[in-house]
Amino acid sequence: MQKTCKHLKAADMEKLADVCKRYGKDHGAVIPILQEIQEIFGYVPEDAVNFIADELEMPRSRFYGVATFYAQFHFRPRGRNVITACSGTACHVKGSENLISILGRELGIPEGQDTSPDMNFTLERVNCVGACSIAPVVIINKVVHGKMNADRITKEVIKLKGADDGKQRGKD
Amino acid sequence: MENNGEKIEIKVCMGTGGIAAGGQEVLDAFEQQLGQAGIAASLDKNCTRHKVGCRGFCSRDVLVDVIIDEHRTTYQYIKPDMVARIVEEHIVGGAPVAEWEVKEDYRSFHDRQVKVVLSDCGEIDPEDIDAYMDGGGYGSARKALTTMTPEEIIEIVKKSGLRGRGGAGFPTGVKWEAARKQPPGLKYIICNADEGDPGAFMDRSVIEGNPHAVLEGMLVAAYAVGAEEGYVYIRAEYPLAVERLKIAIGQARERNLLGRNIMGTGLNFDVKVKLGAGAFVCGEETALIASIEGQRGMPRAKPPFPVASGLWGRPTVINNVETLANIPYIIRRGADWFASLGTERSKGTKVFALTGKVKNTGLIEVPMGMSIKDIIFSIGGGIEGGKKFKAVQMGGPSGGCIPEHLVGARICYENLMKLGAIVGSGGMIVLDEDDCMVNVAKYFLNFTQMESCGKCVPCRVGTKRLYEILDRITSGEGKESDLALLEKLSKDVKSASLCGLGQTAPNPVLSTLQYFRHEYEAHILEKKCPAKACKALITYRIHEEFCRGCGACMRVCPVGAISGRKKTPHTLNAAICIKCGSCFDICKFKAVSKE
Repeated sequence: MQKTCKHLKAADMEKLADVCKRYGKDHGAVIPILQEIQEIFGYVPEDAVNFIADELEMPRSRFYGVATFYAQFHFRPRGRNVITACSGTACHVKGSENLISILGRELGIPEGQDTSPDMNFTLERVNCVGACSIAPVVIINKVVHGKMNADRITKEVIKLKGADDGKQRGKD
Repeated sequence: MENNGEKIEIKVCMGTGGIAAGGQEVLDAFEQQLGQAGIAASLDKNCTRHKVGCRGFCSRDVLVDVIIDEHRTTYQYIKPDMVARIVEEHIVGGAPVAEWEVKEDYRSFHDRQVKVVLSDCGEIDPEDIDAYMDGGGYGSARKALTTMTPEEIIEIVKKSGLRGRGGAGFPTGVKWEAARKQPPGLKYIICNADEGDPGAFMDRSVIEGNPHAVLEGMLVAAYAVGAEEGYVYIRAEYPLAVERLKIAIGQARERNLLGRNIMGTGLNFDVKVKLGAGAFVCGEETALIASIEGQRGMPRAKPPFPVASGLWGRPTVINNVETLANIPYIIRRGADWFASLGTERSKGTKVFALTGKVKNTGLIEVPMGMSIKDIIFSIGGGIEGGKKFKAVQMGGPSGGCIPEHLVGARICYENLMKLGAIVGSGGMIVLDEDDCMVNVAKYFLNFTQMESCGKCVPCRVGTKRLYEILDRITSGEGKESDLALLEKLSKDVKSASLCGLGQTAPNPVLSTLQYFRHEYEAHILEKKCPAKACKALITYRIHEEFCRGCGACMRVCPVGAISGRKKTPHTLNAAICIKCGSCFDICKFKAVSKE
């Protein structure tokens, strides 16, 4: 695991302490606690894992073991924009792989990684978002876009980049 | 037109599909238009508008119902800028906008369906408990809790023939009875809403469209087995369903339909929501329990079964969303009514998510025993784009593909099992001539090898090896001995794995090998993909004689592999081409070929 935040900010520490206070030493609450950590930081930092595991009086390895088991938890900081491409069966047969490769290329995400070096974009795939009847589906910053194709996804990327630069580039 | 006190109701579909198509904006537009000057205040007052859950026919969203004095007009593909005309001509003027109304295919989509679980979905506001109660909601729970004994309820559920809708088809009443017979003490009811099968969205739609039916089912189950605590284990990938479920739980507590001394009967029962964290294996009962307990979601050996020793070691009943949503209707209308639907051993209806290469995609509910052909060609309207039907994938990663010649088969647990597929949770993905069956098998094995929890070797290593062999075949590097190896390994993984994930993971391989062996052979022996889907085995080419030099392909090519001057035939550099197919899709003159 990459060490990305050696020391947590005081404000974040307060939030973590609040999480601990609410859950007490409930070992059954590891998953909701992890979900709250991710809500605070956007990912699960190593320091937060250590801090909470100690508070719970649970071996850090066990706490970390639960975190890595579930696909929902991320261990590196994520981009400012999160693009989730569905690769469920219906999306797959309707060409999601192609959309994912277009997205990776257009967003400048290096091969084998999920976030652009400038931290603007994270591209992730998810097993199924359950919107199969409007496949293929891409979720851009929590907004569901159905019936996507190469043309529409390229336009969405242009919009995203424009918005991210603070100025509108290209035409919609 | 003067409004004479007519009751006007506007329903806007706002399931995940409806919202993605702009449902909220459409609803806002109605609010704005009806609040405008020039619209009689009396009209505004008599006109109710609300959001409803999934209407089923998601590909036509946004769907809007305008009901004037019980006369219903349904509009499809509605955008916010179309609302003004509907308000002006229909709601004020009294004449529906015929050109935007649904057409014949909307009726044929619905005509052969029998809606039980979905009967209120798309009709009522899922965030309003009164809407559910006005239609008789929580009446079944009241009837059960105040006039029936737990044993009588279990008898009715057993007699109805209801079987688990999560896939395995275990008789629900028998499960309840087993939990009832455990010594008294703390017991749990868990609603399994961890709908992990890719290509399935029945449970999401039911919870988004009618969450109270699920809660009512849980309440009846709790009374029947003697449970005081309940959990809904739901995927975090379904934010809207989670939100509506939490609203529903809050409302039910306010009305004393959850909590202590429910309806004054002395029964205590409350429900908590547990969010899944993205692990397919947690659909398995014992893994789901481990996950609620805050551990890695790994299955354990059974017995003991959860009904004897489940959550925190206590007796636990785990039922699927759709199973529980059936309960209020069974209590209300009786076991005989439910048993009159379906086949001899598979009773009632089943909700399916009909998707893929079919014209009408969406959520459907049909009686058990309907033929697959009727579903795809009557309800689904056949294959889109005039393509040829190839197969239908049923049951997700645990299921199989049913080929064209067996499409007359009737849907029931036993029948589908015999054909190498399963009813499963209800995903039906229609495949056409452009889909490669080896690639479909590879897709599912990639899924299972990633989702295998890693506890037992046959599943952890076996699914990985199966995937590698399939990957090799689709890359044109398959060997003749690979088919026998696939079969042997599949059998080993099936028989030696610990839980349902591993035991069923090879099914997509076995069923495609059984019905589409020739496609495997073409990949291995001729190095060809008959469906022209496997990138390693196809090449794109521009045919000079058809190319008009319009430049469309050149513009769309993401890697600059196409060159040529305007109005002269273009050429494609195969060395650069990444085979994305964009040029093939955009060419109007059929000058690009795929070989």
